[in-house]
Amino acid sequence: MAERERSHTRGGVFVPRSQILSASDVHRALVRMSHEVAERNGGLDDVVLIGLQTGGVPLAVIMATLLTEAESAAVPVGTLDVAFYRDDFGLRPVLPEAVTDVPCDLTGRVVVLVDDVLFTGRTIRAALNALGDFGRARTVQLAVMVDRGHRELPIRPDFVGKNLPTRRDEMVDVSEHGVVIGSLQ
Amino acid sequence: MTHLLSIADLGRDGIEEVLSVAEAFAEVERRPIPKVPTLRGRAVATLFFEESTRTRLSFETAAKRLSADVLSFSAASSSVKKGESIRDTVETIEAMGMDALIVRHASAGVPAQVSRWVRRCKVVNGGDGWHEHPTQALLDCFTVRQAKGAIEGLRVLIVGDIRHSRVARSQVLAYSALGAAVTLAAPGSLLPPSLDGWPVAVAGDLDAALPDADVVSVLRLQAERGSGAFVPSLREYAAHWGLTARRVARMHPQAVLTHPGPMIRGVEIAGDVADLPRTLATRQVTNGVAVRMAVLFLLLGGHGTTVPRAAG
Repeated sequence: MAERERSHTRGGVFVPRSQILSASDVHRALVRMSHEVAERNGGLDDVVLIGLQTGGVPLAVIMATLLTEAESAAVPVGTLDVAFYRDDFGLRPVLPEAVTDVPCDLTGRVVVLVDDVLFTGRTIRAALNALGDFGRARTVQLAVMVDRGHRELPIRPDFVGKNLPTRRDEMVDVSEHGVVIGSLQ
Repeated sequence: MTHLLSIADLGRDGIEEVLSVAEAFAEVERRPIPKVPTLRGRAVATLFFEESTRTRLSFETAAKRLSADVLSFSAASSSVKKGESIRDTVETIEAMGMDALIVRHASAGVPAQVSRWVRRCKVVNGGDGWHEHPTQALLDCFTVRQAKGAIEGLRVLIVGDIRHSRVARSQVLAYSALGAAVTLAAPGSLLPPSLDGWPVAVAGDLDAALPDADVVSVLRLQAERGSGAFVPSLREYAAHWGLTARRVARMHPQAVLTHPGPMIRGVEIAGDVADLPRTLATRQVTNGVAVRMAVLFLLLGGHGTTVPRAAG
């Protein structure tokens, strides 16, 4: 979930400090990651993009468009909300707009999870559990715009927009308009 | 949410929160594996001192789909038969480590009383006497919202044994909190002794009221609460107050019918009317599971967005 959106549930507001990536940097990273997805999988056969609610969804949609243009084949794109699978249950709200929509049976598919920020890895752990309820994917890969470190679980991304060393108390806001680092105040 | 004893505990925001979280659980129900690990390690007990098919099965299904453990208590096969009091029964069940109790009783106020006895359990009213049946009203609102888009501004006509109906009391509170206009239609003997403070209108003539309704909520004649004595005969009741095909023809083409079940075909609703596409009874049952998942989720620590809460 986008960290900026979550900030109000922690009783603070996101205060930006510096811009890390511009809108065009983000776009270039998405173009590169899309090509990497096609390269790694030798095309787009069986590839499904799943954007994690809420921050990963717009990124997954853009990547699907880019892939469709580059490979002239449509890529199914879905969304996944992992609120019900989290181990910090109750700490995060169920957002009414955070819809889960998995467009097809995932059995035998190559699932590319797309999220905005990779931090502790707990969201991805929850997402892997959730995916299991939609079929047995052949492989699951992870694309993130920002890897900010501080992993608490043995999870690593396959495609990264930007490796960004951060302090634990900082927040990273990602959108198609850019990447901003800041803090909660 | 501390307990869910009455729709009045929720208010408009609380109702909206339940309905929006229920939307998310309705999606879970459509998955190939309709089960999430959200309430793993929690335990939910159903304490039914009165018989039930739908409510108990629905709550148990909801709890199981959230991965909670479920304990089922029915008075008829318990130590209540040996004379154990409700209080001792509740304390015994709570001592087994339950997190939520779903209580149904033939007397009004038992779930509220139970909520004062428990130490840490959450209590849900699964229907108490003539008083309230909040989860039924919530699932009715959810189903109607799904069919009509919104509740605000709808005209809801509640028909039947309103005097003995806990569903009617919860529905009046829920529909009016969400901005619908509620009208009651029933023979005088089956209206409550007083309607002071009820945000409702009363229609003396069902046939005249039907064309104006967007939603017709049909209630069962509660024979087990002695309704039989309030009407001359079931046939006469069916003739004057039953939803027959002839009456349904008077309804607006887009209007829908709800029924909380169990249906007594041929009395409050004709058999062919019960099976019409506009009769939402089956959808109500399906949605009941999602709505009860939302109630259990919100009671046992989850939250939606209408009530932002500090988290760390």
